[in-house]
Amino acid sequence: MADVLTRPDDPGRRRIVNWFLGTSAGAFLAAVLYPLTRYLVPPRTGESAAASVTLAIKPDEVKANSGQIFKFGSRPGILVRTASGELRAFSAVCTHLNCTVQYRADVSHIWCACHNGHFDLNGQNIAGPPPRPLEAYVVNVRGNQIVVSKSV
Amino acid sequence: MPDVRSRVYAWLDERIGLKDIEKLAKKKEIPVHRHSFWYYLGGMTLFLFGIQVITGILLLFYYRPSAEEAYESVQFLMAEVEFGWLIRSVHAWSANLMVLALFVHLFSTFFLKAYRKPRELTWMSGMALMGLTLGFGFTGYLLPWNELAYFATKVGTEITGALPLVGPFALRLLRGGDEVTGATLTRFYGIHVAVLPLLATGLIGAHLFLVQKHGMSVPIGVERAGYDGRRLPFFPNFLLRDAIGWLAALAILGALAAFFPAELGKKADPFAPAPIGIKPEWYFMFMFQTLKYLPAHFGPIEGEVVGILGFKIGGLFLLMIPFLDRRSARGERSRLFSAIGVAILAYMILLTYLGYTMVPTQ
Repeated sequence: MADVLTRPDDPGRRRIVNWFLGTSAGAFLAAVLYPLTRYLVPPRTGESAAASVTLAIKPDEVKANSGQIFKFGSRPGILVRTASGELRAFSAVCTHLNCTVQYRADVSHIWCACHNGHFDLNGQNIAGPPPRPLEAYVVNVRGNQIVVSKSV
Repeated sequence: MPDVRSRVYAWLDERIGLKDIEKLAKKKEIPVHRHSFWYYLGGMTLFLFGIQVITGILLLFYYRPSAEEAYESVQFLMAEVEFGWLIRSVHAWSANLMVLALFVHLFSTFFLKAYRKPRELTWMSGMALMGLTLGFGFTGYLLPWNELAYFATKVGTEITGALPLVGPFALRLLRGGDEVTGATLTRFYGIHVAVLPLLATGLIGAHLFLVQKHGMSVPIGVERAGYDGRRLPFFPNFLLRDAIGWLAALAILGALAAFFPAELGKKADPFAPAPIGIKPEWYFMFMFQTLKYLPAHFGPIEGEVVGILGFKIGGLFLLMIPFLDRRSARGERSRLFSAIGVAILAYMILLTYLGYTMVPTQ
């Protein structure tokens, strides 16, 4: 061993030194890049656990053949009164590319302005690019209040 | 007096090597032939980039990057700050003209096959600069925090999320959370004013170095027709002609900013439906319009995923053009690739036209 250490051009010794150098460089890079990467990934904020929401809209404020956007946790929902007077609620997030949908009285169904997607009053995607139906919510009218909840 | 000047020159030359710089400037010459006009587009893009840097820095003095204050700070800038409207409008218009100049530069380079050996890396660095430019446009669009910007960003980032495997992670990284919020605005701000300018400066340096190293490409057609070798010195002859173009661009910018100042629209409201007639910046229009036409499903794959992957493959194809076009590399005419270029350009123009003329509610 002592023999090896006295010969600086020894390939075995060089290899060990290079290995040390390489692993230290690797460890250094990892020690710098790991916190940087973790820093860039946003922390998970608690998803709104609310499974139901009481709307600020009163039942008689929603006319037949119209719709309104409401807040369901951190996402928009859409409340619709059909031409026959029934109240329905869906997620207002278009299943295509995440735009917020709206009710169109002229065609009596839900429509997304971004890429011309159409949904019927059961939330089914009926025309345009959306690949899936809108998530349907349960609507309960309790006295003068509308309560919307996630269906189980 | 000339004595003082020559002494100052000698003093500086001894310390920074003015003669070497002069020699370098004199070395550069521009070929003169019937396609010489297209040599001005790169310089034009660079000039407009310079305008962006200057007006961008000026906007920073008033802009506040948060969901609560961004819209109001731009409103204040437009209404209260003297010439605030001018600086913001020039920034907005110059961005559009820069993308236009860049597209013309790109397509003229494409059709004249200037990407052929040995300029493959010049082409690729140019493509990367185009990517950065689109990134500038996309991130800058959100900063006023208005309704259009909000939904354009929702859709644009959701497109990233539709990518297989890395999509959801990249989406969160880009948005700074699961939704487009103030966190997204802050992130886009950092990218727009620090990350992209840094990358662009480095890449422009590399691009210009390569242009300087290889000189201007003479088109194959001109070479074959027996190019007589006529050249124009870059400094000062070509640069002065460049300057005329830049002055004209500045005049056009001033006129556009004065007659069509940048609008602000309504403040973004995450709980309002997407406005009717929503559309992205014109240079994203052809992709936006394509997404409207795609059906919900191609077999088991969702339509938008197919569309997005299609555009990615198209971009990759353009990037690799110098290696795919073997005929140009050998100095032969390459009609196939000219035809491909015409097809791409025609597709972009047609879809953009449809995007602007289609009735939004049908």
